[in-house]
Amino acid sequence: MTRRSIALATAAGCAAIFAAVAYAPRLRAQQEPPLPVHQVPDSKSGGTVVMLCDGKTSVEVKGLKPGEAMPHAQAVEIARQLMAQWQREHPNEKWEMAQQEHQTDQSSQPLPAPPAAPGADATAKATGAKPQSKGTQQGDTYASFTDRDYKVWKNQTDNFVEQGKQFFHDGAALGGTIGVSCDMCHPDASNTHPETYPKYQVQLQRVALLRDMIDWCIENPLKGKALDPNDTRLRALEAYILAQRKGVALDYGKH
Amino acid sequence: MAARHKSVETKFMEDRDAVLRGLRGLDRRTFLKVLAATTGAVMAKSLMPPHSFQLIEVANAAPDKTASAAGMAGKPPFTFAYVSDTHLYQRTLNQRFVRAAVKAVDDVNALDPQPDFVLFGGDLAQLGQREELDLGMQILAELKAPVKMMVGEHDWFYDLGDAWQEMFGPPNYSFDWKGVHVVVLMSVHEKDFWTARKMTPLQRMHTVAGLDNGIQSRFEVGDDERKWLAADLAKVPHTTPLLVFSHSPLYKYYRNWNFWTDDAEQVQAILKPYQHVTVIHGHTHQMLYNQIGNISFYGLLSTAWPWPYAPTGLPPLTIQMNRADPFDQFDGLGDGRINVRADGLADKIYSLWDRNPVTVKADYLVSHGKIARPPAPQFPSY
Repeated sequence: MTRRSIALATAAGCAAIFAAVAYAPRLRAQQEPPLPVHQVPDSKSGGTVVMLCDGKTSVEVKGLKPGEAMPHAQAVEIARQLMAQWQREHPNEKWEMAQQEHQTDQSSQPLPAPPAAPGADATAKATGAKPQSKGTQQGDTYASFTDRDYKVWKNQTDNFVEQGKQFFHDGAALGGTIGVSCDMCHPDASNTHPETYPKYQVQLQRVALLRDMIDWCIENPLKGKALDPNDTRLRALEAYILAQRKGVALDYGKH
Repeated sequence: MAARHKSVETKFMEDRDAVLRGLRGLDRRTFLKVLAATTGAVMAKSLMPPHSFQLIEVANAAPDKTASAAGMAGKPPFTFAYVSDTHLYQRTLNQRFVRAAVKAVDDVNALDPQPDFVLFGGDLAQLGQREELDLGMQILAELKAPVKMMVGEHDWFYDLGDAWQEMFGPPNYSFDWKGVHVVVLMSVHEKDFWTARKMTPLQRMHTVAGLDNGIQSRFEVGDDERKWLAADLAKVPHTTPLLVFSHSPLYKYYRNWNFWTDDAEQVQAILKPYQHVTVIHGHTHQMLYNQIGNISFYGLLSTAWPWPYAPTGLPPLTIQMNRADPFDQFDGLGDGRINVRADGLADKIYSLWDRNPVTVKADYLVSHGKIARPPAPQFPSY
């Protein structure tokens, strides 16, 4: 039984305080899973394989031991070889053009208004419907996305922001010990001003990021412990606070 | 994290406190001489804007001669103090808010002369628990002056006022004080949002306790209490100054945070025939003042935490306080007092902890900002 459920069950006045939004789904602390990494093939000659950011194109640098750095001129040459190889494999495409079209395409497409229902992608897979690509570069990693993709991405993002909103209103879930939660001083994340970071925080005597201030608040007014940078709770809080300032111009360093 | 560091402002306030501590024990004549010299010296160093040292003005604020000159006199002036929005959890859980409430009580007890009474502006408890209210009652019992209680939504929505009323009596009442008619309202009724959602009392309390929780209803005085108010005022002549206490502001500032009373216009209409009406409210945790027709509004400071100004709806007469330093628990908080003048209008003194006190004169509001403008802080609120 969690600390909170004990509190609710006993309804003891003191303990019950920990439940910020009692009927909100229970959120547990968790680390973010590691990000996916490209699988670089082993070197055949005992050298080092260098891969392009498409995760497919690679060249072998003979004689370069793992951990060694190439001279600048050689690195430039390797980069040239990677691009040349990509061009051979995509004879009708231009790298810069693909990038440009991708960006134009993205900005000209209004985001779909309603978030897609969870599992929408699974449904599409099950029906075997071939997604309509938004990009002109069929098969290109950087242009193959559909309306459905947009919806899934937006849905994921909104869910993460919503998760952050719940942490923002639940001091106990952040490890706070005295009943204080973020929203008590910052309703709707007001007066957090994420758009002004990084900035020199006089009281800390260092340049602070938004997360430094989040941690400061957790440690001091909430009387908890600073969160690991990869802690979902910290990441979700950042997401919520930033989402509340959508459209506000970035103005780092502002006091 | 780097070692604790004092901000420029905090350092300045400490220096100033040290100077003022040194002044204690001097007789008044010497005090004034030293103060003048110190002010001059500090200003010469450009450490502060010229309006900062206000203690003389505050010290002499109570007796008001302008009222008798204007022929409106007749009532003896009086002073009352306030403590508001302590938001106490149980002592075992949260010492931070207890410390702050005790600090406010100490402040008020140190006033000499003592105020006629102390208004408690509501939100004594954080979650309406009996233990929280008990703790609050114990702390307020230390006050030397009599206490007038007002209820806030944090005191009310766990048991819909059972414990609070048992301890402190009816939430709305009135009395006459030195020629002024004083009304205490219960302005934080909410239409039932909990039954349909099958909420427990604690869920209901948590919902109301969240400022940005859109599920709850808006505050209102309500039909019954407005009728009570009209009946109460029926016997009061329109020339009698009115002093009205309400937890929520009796006007519409920002709906989303319930800085708002839904039937504010109807309550204002009841108060409209009176020459001088002052409404003192809690809930908003910031320096806030407003004038609507004949009614002057003052918001009280909290002792627990400050709130930023709402994104919209700020009354144009309000001069925003500088945003609070999050590294200083007491910054942006405090208590205060109200000097009711001989003509029944009220000057208001924000006794900000760790900052200079700020006086908001009645003349500033009733003139709609034409005279007696209070000093603006050195920095904008943001």
